[in-house]
Amino acid sequence: MNPGQLALAETPALRPGFAIGAAHSRQPPGDLAIWVFILAELLAFGVFFISYAVTRLHNVALFDAMQLTLDRNAGALNTVLLIAGSWCVARAVAAIKADRRAAAADFLLGAIACGGGFLVVKLFEYSAKFEAGINLATNTFYMFYLSLTFFHFMHVILGMVILLAVWLKARHGAYSAAEHHGMETGASYWHMVDLVWLVLFPLVYVMR
Amino acid sequence: MNARQLDLIFAALVIGTGITWWLGETGHAGPAAVVAILAIAAVKGMLIIRDFMALRGIGFFWPAMVMGWLLLVQGIILATYWKGH
Repeated sequence: MNPGQLALAETPALRPGFAIGAAHSRQPPGDLAIWVFILAELLAFGVFFISYAVTRLHNVALFDAMQLTLDRNAGALNTVLLIAGSWCVARAVAAIKADRRAAAADFLLGAIACGGGFLVVKLFEYSAKFEAGINLATNTFYMFYLSLTFFHFMHVILGMVILLAVWLKARHGAYSAAEHHGMETGASYWHMVDLVWLVLFPLVYVMR
Repeated sequence: MNARQLDLIFAALVIGTGITWWLGETGHAGPAAVVAILAIAAVKGMLIIRDFMALRGIGFFWPAMVMGWLLLVQGIILATYWKGH
């Protein structure tokens, strides 16, 4: 590397991670590819939500009656768990920006625990429904309830896998105040999983 | 966004969830309840998008896409509930 190339490589704005995060501040945090993926996921969930609402329009009495059989306490608890997970992730990103690497890893672990709590609560909820003989064929409401919440359930698992990978890298010191692009990428996906549930919970569990 | 601001947003999100849960538990139904519940969900969603996702102050396109998704989906949901009442 000649002196000219060396000087360019030492320029902060040309270092990996710095360029995307700071020099182009009009870009969202994390990798641009994850944002394209997030928009695709939001589109899929949006179609699902609108399908639920339009189908309910033709089955209002059934949907209102079946909604009362859901466990709203479990739904609310899961909402709090996902919000707490998002808060942990946001605090992890804030911590790494301050170069508090151990704190960032701890907050990520907290978010993974919240995701695990969500899965446990949801499994208890599913278990109660299956023991009552409820399945996809029970009626239109339960077809939507089971498929929509399970679709989201799978996204929580994917989000936890991503956070686990980010946590493992964070524990080994892969992120710093200067380079935390990967952590922001994982954080953005997790927030999307939370955002979608913030629409799903009132729609399926509460509104009638 | 500093830690204290993130903590306050977390508290607001939990309070919003509590109010939504209370509206459901106390049997609130009909257009007024639906508007209130959707309004709470919209505020919670905006807080997530702007402050947790950190889309605040990064220009127009990305915040508009995500917030636009939220408002469009909620608007269509509101319209179907209004029609079905």
